[in-house]
Amino acid sequence: MALLSKKDANLIKDPLADNNPITIQVLGICSALAITAELKASVVMAISVLFVLGIGNVVISLMRNIIPSKIRIIVQLIVVATLVIIVDQVLKAFAYELSKTLSVFVGLIITNCIIMGRFEAFALGNGPWRSFLDGIGNALGYGIILVIVGFFRELLGSGTLFGFPVLGNPINKTGLYAFGYENNGFMIIPPAALIVVGIIIWVQRSRNKALIEDN
Amino acid sequence: MSDKRLTFKKRLHILKHHYRDKKMAPAFNAIHTFLFSPDDTTHSGAHVRGADDLKRTMNMVIMALIPVLLFSMFNAGYQYYAAIDAANNVPRELSVWGNFLTWDNFWIGIIKVLPLVVVSYGVGLLVEFIFAVIKGHEVEEGYLVTGMLVPLIVPIDTPLWMLAVAVIFGVVIGKEVFGGTGMNILNPALTIRAFLFFAYPTWMSGDKVWVYQAVERTGTADAISGETVLGALAQNNLAELNYSISDMFFGFIPGSVGETSTFLILLGGLFLIFSKIASWRIMLSAVIGSLVMGYIFNLVVDFGIISEASNFYGLMSFEYWKHLLVGGLAFGIVYMATDPVTGSQTNKGKWIYGFLIGFMSVMIRVFNPAYPEGVFLAILLMNVFAPTIDHYVVKANINKRLKRFKNATILPKDSDGKAEELKAETV
Repeated sequence: MALLSKKDANLIKDPLADNNPITIQVLGICSALAITAELKASVVMAISVLFVLGIGNVVISLMRNIIPSKIRIIVQLIVVATLVIIVDQVLKAFAYELSKTLSVFVGLIITNCIIMGRFEAFALGNGPWRSFLDGIGNALGYGIILVIVGFFRELLGSGTLFGFPVLGNPINKTGLYAFGYENNGFMIIPPAALIVVGIIIWVQRSRNKALIEDN
Repeated sequence: MSDKRLTFKKRLHILKHHYRDKKMAPAFNAIHTFLFSPDDTTHSGAHVRGADDLKRTMNMVIMALIPVLLFSMFNAGYQYYAAIDAANNVPRELSVWGNFLTWDNFWIGIIKVLPLVVVSYGVGLLVEFIFAVIKGHEVEEGYLVTGMLVPLIVPIDTPLWMLAVAVIFGVVIGKEVFGGTGMNILNPALTIRAFLFFAYPTWMSGDKVWVYQAVERTGTADAISGETVLGALAQNNLAELNYSISDMFFGFIPGSVGETSTFLILLGGLFLIFSKIASWRIMLSAVIGSLVMGYIFNLVVDFGIISEASNFYGLMSFEYWKHLLVGGLAFGIVYMATDPVTGSQTNKGKWIYGFLIGFMSVMIRVFNPAYPEGVFLAILLMNVFAPTIDHYVVKANINKRLKRFKNATILPKDSDGKAEELKAETV
């Protein structure tokens, strides 16, 4: 990538793999468990967080020298709340059904540890361009796990992807269902997401032994 | 020396040596030690060993399960023909030699129960083999008991592929991720049962799954039903309940494959207690726990606190000691709760652990009509709490001893008067 220096490129690459916010830092778990039963909701959630974190990081970074450190958390909250309200209103206006599925979890992006974490850890100490890249990288790292979990949960739990039946029709018994296959009800309930995330963590750590903490 | 003169054992031995330090070594070792006792002698450490190693322990539990398995194979057929008779309004009298221990009944068992056992063992051992090869350790015996328990705690019509999926899930997520046999937090057999229950609820509960072919015949002229005693009670269908107490005790009732015969489970339990494989403390306290909870519910009904219209009336008014005769409570207490890996380790802890299993099993049974079979949930919950219970038991013991140590009087050598003073100070 000629566009980015190697150091900058790592800001995007690291959170995608070896410093993933969900699987390595174990942040943002609540939303990962709650909304990943459908792939569509996962994707929209990922995009929402991408928007909030990308812009939020830039805003905080621009203001980093004028924010009094004693009230910085309040300032961060105001920034993230503003952005979340924008996302919420856009969703309600253009994708009402989806906003109902996501329900309270759009609002709860405010409390997503990843966002406050990046503001605190990165945007307050770095310039806007690097902060922007960091925001994008972390949001993508979050999003990719959401999409993986959403993919498996929707495929195994409902037999659909983005709402399209890919395994056949369970009522008319076509496709796989003709052979006696049935949807796995366990994948619909949130604990299944915990197990899928756990398996991703397992696979990731067994591929890269450096990630295993020694104790 | 030609190959023909070698015995099978010798060949396995040579094969084992050939593959030593290779990836497949654990697989050959497993076959070798499964069939023969190894030639290897101990090179270091203790040379005197107990005869009841892990493999022997597992075999004892399986021996205790064999009568239950055989009974369940006959019962599978008996319930099938009984349901057909009931659907055709043919009166049926049970006679052990006349219509229970018959070849027809056993045949249903062979075509329905045996495949469950084969799939459970085949898939489970395959997963164990794969993990042993990947991790490079010996194949562990842990699955021998689990593989026998699993087919006994599922409904008879469970499709085999579902069982296979559940076994893979249970062995990998329930056991291997924690480090294999002896390291698991949850009982693997119950993890498999719980997975099936939440993944495919239509096959695991309701009034159609407990008897062979009841699902397929639904809606046809030959429809049969085989509701369990608990299922009937949960829906307040007291009138439908026409099983006598001896039917319930000896197990001539519908239910999960192997859970019905309290009598044989009791025998198996006694065998395990006398061979010192399973803890009598857990079994006894679990029985007490379920009796206490059942009795409390009976009292609630006796004092007229709930009306007959209440959803819980059927199960609450069920006499307290009968809870032990129906459903999976007895089976769970004897074979599941006593799992030495997932249960409490301390003696006091075992009392608490067992009592709460019995107590909560009956509570879940009564209060949650969706789970009339709450035993597996109660045991899994207590599996999670077992280490905490042990922690506090150990801590209480340490505190007790510290207190004793503090109060102890150290008698000085010279005078009694000084000793009195010293005691007064420390107390």
